[in-house]
Amino acid sequence: MASSNSLMDSLFQRSLEDLIKGLRLGESTFISRSLEEIRREIKLTDLSTKSVALQKLSYLAALHGVDMAWAAFHAVEVVSSSRFAHKRIGYHAIAQSFSDQTPVMLLITNQLRKDLNSSNEHEVSLALECLARIGTDDLARDLTSEVFTLLGSSKALVRKKAIGVVLRVFDKYPDAVKVCFKRLVENLESSDPQLLSAVVGVFCELTAKDPRSYLPLAPEFYKILVDSRNNWVLIKVLKIFAKLASIEPRLAKKVADPVCEHMRKQNVGKSLLFECIRTVFSSLSDQETALKLAVAKIREFLVDDDPNLKYLGLHALSIVAPKHLWAVLENKEAVVKAMSDEDPNVKLEALHLLMAMVNEDNVTEISRILMNYALKSDPLFCNEIICSVLLPCSRNSYEIIVDFDWYLSLLGEMARVPHCQRGKEIEHQLIDIGTRVKDARLELVRVSRALLIDPALLGNQFLYPILSAAAWASGEYVEFSKSPYEIAEALLQPRTCLLPDSIRAIYIHSAFKVLVFSLGAYFSAQQPTSPPLAQESTSSGHSMVNGFTYNSISSLVNMIELGLCSLSGTIDVEVQERAKNILGFIGMIKHEIAEKATSQNSETEGHRAIAFMEDVFSEELGPVSSTAQEKVPLPEGLELNENLEGLQEICREVLEPMAESDYSSDKVSFSVAKLRIRDQEEASSSLPPPLESSSLLAEHRKRHGLYYLSSQKSEDHNDREGNDNNTSNEYPPANEISVDSFKPKKKISKPRPVVVKLDEGDEPKRKPDASSSNDESLSRAIQTALMGKGKGKEKEKEIVKENHEMNVDTENIEQSSRREKKNKKNGERSSKRSSRRQRGKEASVTKPVEVPDLLL
Amino acid sequence: MIKAVMMMNTQGKPRLAKFYDFLPVEKQQELIRGVFSVLSSRPENVSNFLEIDSLFGPDSRLVYKHYATLYFVLVFDGSENELAMLDLIQVLVETLDKCFSNVCELDIVFNYSKMHTVLDEIVFGGQVLETRSDEVMKAVEEISKLEAASNSISLVPKSVSGWRGGR
Repeated sequence: MASSNSLMDSLFQRSLEDLIKGLRLGESTFISRSLEEIRREIKLTDLSTKSVALQKLSYLAALHGVDMAWAAFHAVEVVSSSRFAHKRIGYHAIAQSFSDQTPVMLLITNQLRKDLNSSNEHEVSLALECLARIGTDDLARDLTSEVFTLLGSSKALVRKKAIGVVLRVFDKYPDAVKVCFKRLVENLESSDPQLLSAVVGVFCELTAKDPRSYLPLAPEFYKILVDSRNNWVLIKVLKIFAKLASIEPRLAKKVADPVCEHMRKQNVGKSLLFECIRTVFSSLSDQETALKLAVAKIREFLVDDDPNLKYLGLHALSIVAPKHLWAVLENKEAVVKAMSDEDPNVKLEALHLLMAMVNEDNVTEISRILMNYALKSDPLFCNEIICSVLLPCSRNSYEIIVDFDWYLSLLGEMARVPHCQRGKEIEHQLIDIGTRVKDARLELVRVSRALLIDPALLGNQFLYPILSAAAWASGEYVEFSKSPYEIAEALLQPRTCLLPDSIRAIYIHSAFKVLVFSLGAYFSAQQPTSPPLAQESTSSGHSMVNGFTYNSISSLVNMIELGLCSLSGTIDVEVQERAKNILGFIGMIKHEIAEKATSQNSETEGHRAIAFMEDVFSEELGPVSSTAQEKVPLPEGLELNENLEGLQEICREVLEPMAESDYSSDKVSFSVAKLRIRDQEEASSSLPPPLESSSLLAEHRKRHGLYYLSSQKSEDHNDREGNDNNTSNEYPPANEISVDSFKPKKKISKPRPVVVKLDEGDEPKRKPDASSSNDESLSRAIQTALMGKGKGKEKEKEIVKENHEMNVDTENIEQSSRREKKNKKNGERSSKRSSRRQRGKEASVTKPVEVPDLLL
Repeated sequence: MIKAVMMMNTQGKPRLAKFYDFLPVEKQQELIRGVFSVLSSRPENVSNFLEIDSLFGPDSRLVYKHYATLYFVLVFDGSENELAMLDLIQVLVETLDKCFSNVCELDIVFNYSKMHTVLDEIVFGGQVLETRSDEVMKAVEEISKLEAASNSISLVPKSVSGWRGGR
């Protein structure tokens, strides 16, 4: 029965073509039906049927996302067929679907070996391709010798592919280097450009991961750079030199000339020219002639009509921009023109270049240009522009900004750009500037007022962070505002109900600050009727708000009360709490205001209450250094258990009942009280006696002294340089600054205001990345191979290289005149090797590798 | 290194997709869709390069060419030159042209196997192998001959004789 079924199946099996035709008819269930068929067919013994089924499955997997991992074993079966057609299908399926997790991976080793040894070059090719795409550690190890043989094959096609597979083999099984490296390097001298192209391609990849190990091969690469006429080869060699020259500057000098030669050629291909330019920009930028030539050439790219060349030209400029800004400045017109190009890539590159050009003098002008573009652009680009204006301006605590008034108004403008979505960043900067730059606070309040008053802005959710910053600033620096009444009104306008509750809470709290300030002014004013509100701010930066008459203050109070009454019943706790706070306060002092109007008694209870509240808001908030917490010394008498187990026990008991109950303030305070009681109990009963714990601490400190905070008594030294601040100071008062270079500008009327910076910088310290590389073993193997094999190679090459400009006498010299040098170098090398073995991983990659003499 | 080669039509249907780093099939389909959405929003007469770090990881670039109803896409990293990759697409298309004489999308649809043969002679394990279309054609023809020869060995499946014998 089974055999008759299989006959039917094999005679009437749908071929791949039939499958494709069927798919094009567009039946929705066709794929699942075909899969059923395939599953049946693939289990049959006949290899032809199996292979057609496998082929169909590969097709479905690649183009329709059908999983084919289940057919792994069948693929192995198909590959074992002697027919070439089957092998092709099998290898194709394997290369497409096998991974490190495929369980039957082990089964193909022998088949691969057989095929690698085949006399048919195309069978060998199939096996090589398969190995190149799915090779695992085991496969690489087992098949190294076959690869070695093939590297010396007479058939060019096979050799090329064997070279290509070496990359994967080295990656998975570094010891293969001992076997194959020599042959690989020999191919560098091949005259066949395709072969050469394959070899330098492999070296390009290898060098990209670990440049240092391949430095000794620099002479060979140099020869190719000078001699070769094939663009593909030259491009790869240039990439290799780009990596090598960046770690070995002496190479840069040597290589600059040939690179310039290539650039000067008449009909040099654009791809090669571009690669030359890129190499110069990234690694040879110290070589003046090369750099100048490259900049001249890149201009050709920039003015070309071909959008590809324009884009690549801008891209190359952005590589050189950090170190050689003049190159960008020379091409300023091209860059500005590119801003209005229709290609989004080109526009983006131009934008980044423009911002790289920004400095103190032109920041206003450039920002103006960019904001104009932003208004005209689509949302994505608009936000890119805004982002790229915000970033450089805020770098290093606003280093390039001289005129903060202008910058703050710019920030306000940004908020009004229709597509603006950078609310968070703008919010951060507004508050940041407020805390650091005292002189700018007046402008900040002005800008904030404009933002708060506009009811339209309340509808735009992207602006909420900005509005919250504006509200905070208005409350915090209310003394600078011209009309506190207006501010309070804006903060409590009905449309604020659109705001999320957290921001609304900020609004209300700011209104509170405004109220306190106004009351303070009112109560401290000597004359109830004072001159009208000052129109202009005085130069000291404090605008005088006086003249709170009884009428004005009571209308303010009434307005606030009215605005908050409705909120005293909202669901959100934060909003409700703050509203109730203010209402309570108002209730307390309301009659005091009335009293003050009639009597002259200055020391009423209300007075004291007001003074007390003013004190609450009088402390200025300043920027805090990121290292401030660490400077806090351990308080005396604090005894810490080594691993704070006791604390965890306490916390567990407290947290669990809380998880079950609702959030009500009573429960919380109860738990806290419980904690306090517990604390005392614990302290007196089960904890080890104080003596023991302090000795535990001392022990811990001895062992890990490095990590303890410095206290006055301890002799541990901090790494931080020049830190003379008292450790008892948590953060410096707002007026203390590190030096901020003050350049008097002739044109600007106002000197640059003082910006508070903190000693250790305000960015959180980033931990250095762990520098362990995965290719440790590969690097070691390569270095060993290069130094060891150099001896034999040297003898062969001496004759060949006699005529060459560069006489390569690398480290392993046989001549007696250099014997001492050799001994010395050998000594170094062997000591390096042994020390490497002792120390294991770290040293090898960082040890300097011998560079050929001539290059020194 | 070349990370992927794709051919898809202007409706987003993939006609060929080869990834040189292993990826599960769902991820492959996701990437194909992602690339299509980026490509379909590109205007005409702009550059052929795209940065697609979001799809393929850091240092990934994409070059594409639009021929009639097909997009040819190459994804690569920093060790390949952009203009050279553009040339490579040219080589691929030229070779296909030689193979099928005035190749069109249908040729590509129905000759899935041959497409891969051609591609495998140009890009090997992510490395550029051959850039002359004549050489590629030579190798492709040899392979086709071998295949045809191996397929013509027996037209009658073994199971028939087995059946006759079994009964």
